[in-house]
Amino acid sequence: MTASKTSVGTGAEVLRPHAEDAFADELRALAQADDRPRPAGWLLSPWAVSTYLLGGLLPDGTTVITPKYVGPRRIVEVAVTTLATDRALLLLGVPGTAKTWVSEHLAAAVSGDSTLLVQGTAGTPEEAIRYGWNYARLLAHGPSREALVPSPVMRAMSEGMTARVEELTRIPADVQDSLITILSEKSLPVPELGQEVQAVRGFNLIATANDRDRGVNDLSGALRRRFNTVVLPLPATPEAEVDIVSRRVGQIGRSLDLPPAPEGLEEIRRVVTVFRELRDGVSADGRTRIKTPSGTLSTAEAISVVTGGLALAAHFGDGVLRPADVAAGILGAVVRDPASDRVVWQEYLETVVRERDGWQDFYRACREVSV
Amino acid sequence: MKGPLLLGVRHHGPGSARAVRAALEAAVPEAVLIEGPPEGDALIALAADERMRPPVALLAHAVDEPSRAAFWPLAEFSPEWAAIRWALGRGVPVRFIDLPAANSLATPLDRDGNRPDHPETPRAALPRAARPARRPTGDPEWDAVPDPGWDAVPRGSEDGRAADGVRIDPLAALAETAGHDDPERWWEDVVEHRGGLGDGDPLAPFTALADAMHELRAAHGPGGHHRDLVREAHMRLRLRSAHKEFGDRVAVVCGAWHVPALRRRTTLAADRALLKGLPKVKTEITWVPWTHRRLARHSGYGAGIDSPGWYEHLFRAPDRPVERWMTKIAGLLRDEDLTVSSAHVIEAVRLAETLAALRGRPVAGLTETTDAVRAVMCDGSDVPLDLIRDRLIVGDALGEVPPDAPAVPLQRDLSRSQRSLRLRPEALERELELDLRKETDAARSRLLHRLRLLSVDWGEPFEGRGSTGTFRESWRLRWDPELHIRVAEAGSWGTTVRSAATARAEHRALGTTDLAGLTALAEQCLLAGLTDALPVVMRALADRAALGTDVGQLARALPALARSLRYGDVRATDTTALAEVAAGLAERICVGLPPACTGLDADGADRMRGHLDAVHTAIGLLPDSSKTTERWSSALHRLAARDTVPGVIRGRAARILLDDGRLDEEEAAGHMSLALSAGTPPADAAAWIEGFVGGASGGGMLLIHDERLRSLVDDWLTGVSAEAFTDILPLLRRTFSAYEPAVRHTLGELFRRGAAGSGGGPVRPDAPAAPGFGPGLHGERADAVLPVLRLLLGTGIGTGTGSTDDTSRCGAHGERTEAGA
Repeated sequence: MTASKTSVGTGAEVLRPHAEDAFADELRALAQADDRPRPAGWLLSPWAVSTYLLGGLLPDGTTVITPKYVGPRRIVEVAVTTLATDRALLLLGVPGTAKTWVSEHLAAAVSGDSTLLVQGTAGTPEEAIRYGWNYARLLAHGPSREALVPSPVMRAMSEGMTARVEELTRIPADVQDSLITILSEKSLPVPELGQEVQAVRGFNLIATANDRDRGVNDLSGALRRRFNTVVLPLPATPEAEVDIVSRRVGQIGRSLDLPPAPEGLEEIRRVVTVFRELRDGVSADGRTRIKTPSGTLSTAEAISVVTGGLALAAHFGDGVLRPADVAAGILGAVVRDPASDRVVWQEYLETVVRERDGWQDFYRACREVSV
Repeated sequence: MKGPLLLGVRHHGPGSARAVRAALEAAVPEAVLIEGPPEGDALIALAADERMRPPVALLAHAVDEPSRAAFWPLAEFSPEWAAIRWALGRGVPVRFIDLPAANSLATPLDRDGNRPDHPETPRAALPRAARPARRPTGDPEWDAVPDPGWDAVPRGSEDGRAADGVRIDPLAALAETAGHDDPERWWEDVVEHRGGLGDGDPLAPFTALADAMHELRAAHGPGGHHRDLVREAHMRLRLRSAHKEFGDRVAVVCGAWHVPALRRRTTLAADRALLKGLPKVKTEITWVPWTHRRLARHSGYGAGIDSPGWYEHLFRAPDRPVERWMTKIAGLLRDEDLTVSSAHVIEAVRLAETLAALRGRPVAGLTETTDAVRAVMCDGSDVPLDLIRDRLIVGDALGEVPPDAPAVPLQRDLSRSQRSLRLRPEALERELELDLRKETDAARSRLLHRLRLLSVDWGEPFEGRGSTGTFRESWRLRWDPELHIRVAEAGSWGTTVRSAATARAEHRALGTTDLAGLTALAEQCLLAGLTDALPVVMRALADRAALGTDVGQLARALPALARSLRYGDVRATDTTALAEVAAGLAERICVGLPPACTGLDADGADRMRGHLDAVHTAIGLLPDSSKTTERWSSALHRLAARDTVPGVIRGRAARILLDDGRLDEEEAAGHMSLALSAGTPPADAAAWIEGFVGGASGGGMLLIHDERLRSLVDDWLTGVSAEAFTDILPLLRRTFSAYEPAVRHTLGELFRRGAAGSGGGPVRPDAPAAPGFGPGLHGERADAVLPVLRLLLGTGIGTGTGSTDDTSRCGAHGERTEAGA
């Protein structure tokens, strides 16, 4: 639930290094080139943080910063500015919009440490956000500062760092609300000891949440008011999305030892088109309006549809991704609510897919699985 | 001061307006010259009127052809308006110095960049997307749109007019030189957001801007704006004469682009030569009220700005513009019941200012404030932002014009039409019968329908005494004096009745959200002959239909559309778009109907049955409907076979299919026996019967002639238990009492004799005698009917012994059609 600061196994090659380790060179170069004012407790100036996320060329003309986030500049600028104005940041978006990625890199660039993390689940207890106790010590020596086990948030407060809360809306509402004091008073009382921990300058909090998921605990008005909200959008253009999907599918396919698809791009494009059209409620040519189903239809789901189709093609077909391989996956992603979504899907098939050139095979495949 | 004071501005810029005011205060010229049509000189005094409230526009139009018109819009924050008000307040004479509208309206436009830069056409009230694509030269209506006013800072070639790249965008060029990628933002930073106060020399910004423009024009030449040369020549002429009259102390407020041209030394003769032989047309000019919405670029006004409301705020706010703006937004959101506290406002201001610092802007501009509002007040959502954009950033300010301004061209156009159609406005109510096959009457009908669209309710249609054929119309006419006011109000929609009605209809199409309203609007557009508005209405209709989830609503809309299609035929209008939409609607009904028919109560089922009939008739009326009919019948098949659908709908679907020959009698009997089998609750079975044979649509005849169906009904009815029978009796009574007495009588007779066997088709030579018929066919008697039948049908039908089959078929067919009629 809480990531400990000293991770075990740093000696061997870790599967996935933290952002501040993986991009240590870039952060160092930015810090050197950065001559703008830095807010208290920040390792970089806001300008340098946004350059770190958006990528660019440093003034020396040789150091290239790779883009970490590909998307509207505005998003990153608002996010960084929010942190600089000492407000908590809430990143909203459907799954697969790089919320966690952005939050990790922001924390790495601002505080140099992205590991002060609370993972929100339905079972996240208050101790994960405030503090717990080392019960052996507690029993042996009574309540004392030494018996207290600080949460990542508490540590971030006392050290002036950036804390991260993942999936904030999955945390039960009463536990969520324990953040209110932290964010408004910037202090965390420890009534057992008659003490409090006050946040030092540089402390801030980045939370991520999924805004189109069922069964989440909505933020209370009081908590919501403590956050500036930034919605991470889905890819703006079909090309960008096809690119993301095929790149990610390639990575996943390698780890699953699937043979690379020789002619899959056509199908990937088609899956992305279907997802985008249903999501946006308008056909790609902008001429026909379409009802939107209840599912999220995120890029992440498109990726899983394509990987599923690839597995089908590899194990049961001739290895070429064909309409029939993705049809069932698409149907499963679109029709979440059997009553209403089915009508939406059929209407889409009949009014958009049927008439489209080169989509006849796909139409037939979908008809087959839809019946 | 040497030479005239040249104040180069950007039209509709609050910073420019402030700077112009400050410069005039400092220089105190003897006369103010403004880029605009000289015809407006006579009307300038009206601008001082207390009742004149910007935004307003100078509107010039050709006397003979009101659709040739041009607008020069002025908002409170327009530098020109600031100059006019300053001059009128000081009693300083004001002159307009641009090319006269008489010339610009007369010049036919060609494609080579001589087209107006920013046509503010009478249709400009529409969003750009809704406007038809630019038509090629030669189209009289488009070409009639002449050169408008403000274009001194011409924008890029959004419309592909400058495919050859000759036309340049001076703003973009300057911004690029300054190292900015967004010209709009750059201009705001360096000009519009400057306070204009406190800086030492109020004239300095103008000098700097003029120098920049000079460099630009030196590098790019006229930049493709060939027409500008003529206009600038005229400006120089007017400047010379003003110089003679008032001496050196003259100020000129014009687009920054023109400043270098006015500074240039040219000879009088050269300028006169440029202006020689320009065509001329008789024009009139007046002030009309304007709106912020129509100042906005997205309304199609090329010199428009993105954010009139924001500019107005910048111009009006005495200090702390960002704080005041955020407070305004908070007020708006609170009115919409969103909780926004002062803490929100504080955080939004902080975020906006820090964002501006991060982006290296001197002050927070519209983008920063909008970003901040989104993140702090709107929870990252764009939905409340749309509201803010509509109400505040664009704003709905409406200008006012004193009543003594000259009449609007719309009134003239109306009077002209009234004269040519010999339709005098009279206060006395009278009735008018129109025969739409006559040219004049059709034109009258169109005029009246257009006026109704403009809320000028001169005529009111009513059901006439005479025939109700589609080519007749009856109107009740009465001209109330207050209709003059309505016409004046409608003047902002356009300069002719046709264009105004088109603009209004398109506007309404975008605002209407309910499907029935849109179909009605489409019908009105057809009646009014507004073919230009139709695509927009159709588009809106298709969109609404696609999003509508209530099949009942779709089903209600379809018959109206089918009707409109027929009207269209009568009026010879092009209805392909309409037919497409109707086909799409039918398609959606086919998909949505089966799920919508489940889980209905009795009333709902009855209503749905009505929809079923209406849609069926409507689909039959659609042109080229073979594909649609195919889908429709497959939807009906699904309905007929689905258990969860109420009996009355299943029965009705089976019946429709049987009547269309898409279900043979064998299958129909199968459906019936399933519906009437012992396992079905009697009430449901009775409902099925009502759907299948109920109503006066020949159901009785069907039972008389199809013995098998009859015996199914008979068997079922005799098998129903006594208690159940009491329950279903009202339903059965309703079903059978609708039949004509003769049919009822025959049926009763047949049932009394009892069903005989379970034969196949209606009559077969070898079949056992049906009740009421002799055994087998009497060939001789049957043949005797043939000559008469042949006469009736006008065709030769088969002869010989085989004829008996034909005879029976013809007979059955004839009776059924008759009953159905």
